Parts: sequence; structure tokens; C-alpha cells
Amino acid sequence: MREAVITANKLTKKFGDFIATNEVSFEVDKGEIFGFLGANGAGKTTAMRMLCGLSMPSSGSATVAGFDVYKQTEKIKQNIGYMSQKFSLYEDLTVSENIRFYAGIYGMARQAIKEKTAQLLNQLNLTPEANTLVKALPLGWKQKLAFSVAIFHEPKIVFLDEPTGGVDPITRREFWNLIYRAAERGITIFVTTHYMDEAEYCNRVSIMVDGKIEALDTPRNLKKTFNATSMDEVFLQLARGAKRSDD
Amino acid sequence: MKQLSFLLEKEFRQVFRNPAILRSVLIMPIIQLLIFPFAANYEVKNVLLSIVDHDHSSYSQKFISKITASGYFILTDYSPSYNKALEAIESDKADLVIEIPKNFEKDLVKETKSSMLLAVNAVNGAKANLGGAYAANIIRDFNQEIRLDWMTFPAFNAIPTIEITSSNWYNPTMNYKDFMVPGILVTLLTMIGTFLTSLNIVQEKESGTIEQINVSPISKTTFILGKLIPFWIMGLITLTIGLLIARLFYQIVPVGNIALIYLFAMVFLLALLGIGLLISTYAETQTQATFVGFFVMMVFMLLGGLYTSIDSMPEWAKWITKVNPVAYFIEVMRMIVLKGSGFADIKYHLLAVLGLAVVFNTWAILNYHKRS
Repeated sequence: MREAVITANKLTKKFGDFIATNEVSFEVDKGEIFGFLGANGAGKTTAMRMLCGLSMPSSGSATVAGFDVYKQTEKIKQNIGYMSQKFSLYEDLTVSENIRFYAGIYGMARQAIKEKTAQLLNQLNLTPEANTLVKALPLGWKQKLAFSVAIFHEPKIVFLDEPTGGVDPITRREFWNLIYRAAERGITIFVTTHYMDEAEYCNRVSIMVDGKIEALDTPRNLKKTFNATSMDEVFLQLARGAKRSDD
Repeated sequence: MKQLSFLLEKEFRQVFRNPAILRSVLIMPIIQLLIFPFAANYEVKNVLLSIVDHDHSSYSQKFISKITASGYFILTDYSPSYNKALEAIESDKADLVIEIPKNFEKDLVKETKSSMLLAVNAVNGAKANLGGAYAANIIRDFNQEIRLDWMTFPAFNAIPTIEITSSNWYNPTMNYKDFMVPGILVTLLTMIGTFLTSLNIVQEKESGTIEQINVSPISKTTFILGKLIPFWIMGLITLTIGLLIARLFYQIVPVGNIALIYLFAMVFLLALLGIGLLISTYAETQTQATFVGFFVMMVFMLLGGLYTSIDSMPEWAKWITKVNPVAYFIEVMRMIVLKGSGFADIKYHLLAVLGLAVVFNTWAILNYHKRS
């Protein structure tokens, strides 16, 4: 049974004359891995920030976890996790201190945090690094940790903004394994990326060009529609006409 | 409020892991309080003196030895003419010229009066003013002495002169350290209040962690309290260190109630933290925050009454000092430390600073947006 957890209807964000996100409409179902693709500057991050309650929409409407993005952002925030493009753990805190802090500000109890931290570190093979400062960890580990922290409080939806930038393919593969595991637990994944191989891992994919959604379907159907053998080709066909190139 | 405990825990861990913050909270006050009061005082010494003596008499010699023996002047130049002496001023060899006219002694003895020219280089205003005043004083003294000498002559009619004696209340020896130390302590708290807070928050903006907090359900007020409380406590620690140094090294024991100093400092820090917070809501980078912070600090310091008296400022500047928490605290510190003022004497200062604290913090909270 389909149940939409994110709905966007003509959602728009303008910065002066510049229309960063232009009337985008889509729905994301519960438990889905929804890929949000586009070149740099296509408006992906802006759209995501509006859904997370970090940016005020200029027009249009949207709901996240059943709450309105204009009026109920604090309710939305209780139900989502967020991992930004900019690496966002505290470098001068240890692994377990970071987990404790973020879990704490989502209102988890100290005892629950303690138990779950041990479990998580074990799962990530990070137990020996529990008391290591985050700045001493390799980037791939930091990203896996940041993702785990973002879903530590069991949100309904997690927003990932280019989570795998700058890491090697093996680490990216491992990262996606974590995403799958979270999706199996029923967490909806909303992920932006510009790696086309990652698009293949998504249930459904939307492709943004110059602030608009130009295509939205499963990777298989997209390839069929555009008569392409890979998502790479689909993307190139769509993005060729793009005028914007910078983020 | 459970969330607040997590915020505070994190903030304190970061502080203790950052040697730069510990240094500025613990070591900066020690160094500043040990060095500043000795270097920065209002006394003017070592005024470079040039003398043009046209008389070469025993009286002129007597006068010169009197002025050089005073300890305030160093005789660096002995010119044959006034123009030559001006050259000495131009080449920075002299700050002050005294010209003794021809027939100085003869006029003094015969007509019982004579004149002298005092010329001052006013490029360094404070030095010129005080140097000139000292010299005038010495001349007056000299005048008195020769009159006393002549009293023995019956023919001489001693004109009664009014002698002024002054006494300095609350700081009887006019010890500048007693005056400066409480003031410096206030500037230290000001730095901690504005800089540490604003830089701390802007740093979270730069590293992107603030976004992670903005996307969490934590409330604006809780977040801000989590930022203010640690620095508020650090300010009070600095104050304690400062008061201890004042007592151990300068024997400055507040005449008034120490608890009153703490009470005022608590409210004062609240106002300063509000300013730091306000700066951080406008600044995007630490560089911006530092520049704005410096500007605000300079205004507060120069119009704070530490270096110059507020009473002698023009009307418009006095109005600025009314919204300057630093000015209130410096005054209150001196009142409590030197004069022993009680709560009744400082209650309006306290109210004013409390008002400023409310204004700055409200402004900052209104301007802090979790959403752009």
C-alpha cells in the first residue's frame, strides 16, 4: 500500500530574480529510497532545505511526515534526520560524544543513548575508536558515522545531501549498504547525488535541470523512456540543455 | 531542559579541549593585570626640557637647578636663542622650552617682578598639558621661595598669597594602580563576553554544524542558553582571578561589598554576551565577527571612562556612554572598590545595565533564525 510521507506541490524558492527551485511537484512513499538528481546548481539542495525547514519557500506547498513546511517546521524536525553536504559532526569531540550530543538534542534519554551507542559502534566496527576525536577519522568513516548519527533517533525520513562526496567507490558501496539497512527498517530515504551509479540504487529517481524536475520514474523506466543503457546516458540527454553550471 | 544539559556538556568539553580559550580566560587576565597598570598611567615623567637662558645670573641658575631637580624634566638642550630652542622641539629633542629673559635677576630684585616664557610642544597633548602644569607649579614655588628670602628685609612688603592645598578623597595617594586595575578588569570581562561568544557561534556557522542544530527540534532559546551559560561562567572565573591578583599584587581590597561586585558582573556579562550573540547573528565568518567585535570594543573602551573622564566629554558623547555597559561597570567598580559604595548607590547603574542586557539579548534572539 502506498503512503506518501513527502508531498511537494509547485514548491518554489526565489532569491531575488533568481529562481533556484521552480514549481517542483512530487511525492515520496514510505520506506522508499528516493533519488534527487541534478547537476551542480540545479536546485536540489534548495528544495531539500525547504523540506527540512531550513529555508522558507517562496510559493507552492509541501508536507513532510504529514506536517506543513510553512507552519509546522518544529514538528517536521522531530520526525526527520538530516545529513548535509558539509560534514557536520564536531571535529573536536570524540565519536561517542558526538553521538551522545546529537541524540541528546533530539530528546533521547541518557540510558537509551548509552545502550544504543554501544550497539551502533559495534555495528560500524568503531568500538575501538569510541574515544577518538572525530577529526582523526578518515573521511569515509566520518560519513558513515554522520549518517548513523542522522538516523540514531529513529526518524521517519532521512534527508541526505550529497552524502558520498569525495570518497572512493568501495566506501560508497559500504555507505549504500547502510542506506539499504535503514530503508529495510522503514526509514524513508531522500538522497541527492550527482553520481549516476548511485541513482541505480534508488527505487525512484527525479532529475532536476535548471530548477525544474524534468523526469521522475524508476531507473529502469527512465532508461526505457530515454532509450539508454545507463542512468549516465539518461542524465546526459536531459542535462545537455542546462544553462546553469555553478552551485 | 534535558536538551540544555547535553548542550552544556558539549560546550564545556569543547572549551576544555581548546587551549586558546583556556589561555584567554585564565592567562590573559594575569598578564594584562600584571603589566598594564605599571605601563599605562596618567603620570607624565621624562619631559624633555630646553632652556634658553639670556640672563646667566645666580637666580636663573638657581631656577634651572630647581626645575631639573624636580624629577619630571630632563634637560636635553641649552640653546642660545629661542629660535634655536624651537629647532630642538622640531627635531624632537625637547618637549618644552623655558626662556629666561635678559635682566631676569635685576628686574626681580629692583622691581620685584619679572617674566618668563614657557612654550610647549602640543603634539602629545597629555604630555604637553601636564608638563606645562608641572613647570608652572615649579615656577610658582620658586617665586614663593625668593619672596620668603626677602621677608627679612623690612622694606619689603610681602603680598599675602593664597595657597591651595588639596586632598584626594577615596584614593589619598592618587595611586593610579588603584584607579586602573578595576578598570582593566572590566575590559577583560568585555573581551570575553563579546569575542568568545560571537566567535564560538560563527565558528559553528563556518563548520556547518549549526545547520545540523537548526534542523533538530531544539528550541532557539535552549540553543542560545547553551551558548551563553558557559561563557557567563567563564567571565565570572576571570573576574575572580582578577580580584585575587588585585589583592595579592596591588593590595587592592575592595572597600565595599565583594558580593555586590559579583552581582553587578553577572548582569554586566549578560549584556555583553547579548552583544556577542547579536554580532554572531549578523556575521557569516569569523573574520567579520572579529572586525565588528573590535569596532564595538573600541567604542565601548574609548567611551567607557577608563582612559578619559566621561564628565569632560561633549553632550553627544555622554549620550553614547548611556548605552555603554562598560561605562557603567567601570564606574561601579571604582565606586565599590575605592569608595565602598553600597547597593543604594549603584542601583540605577544596575537597572540600566539590566535594561541593556534585555535589549541586546532580545534583539539577538529575534535576529537568530533557524530558517532562512
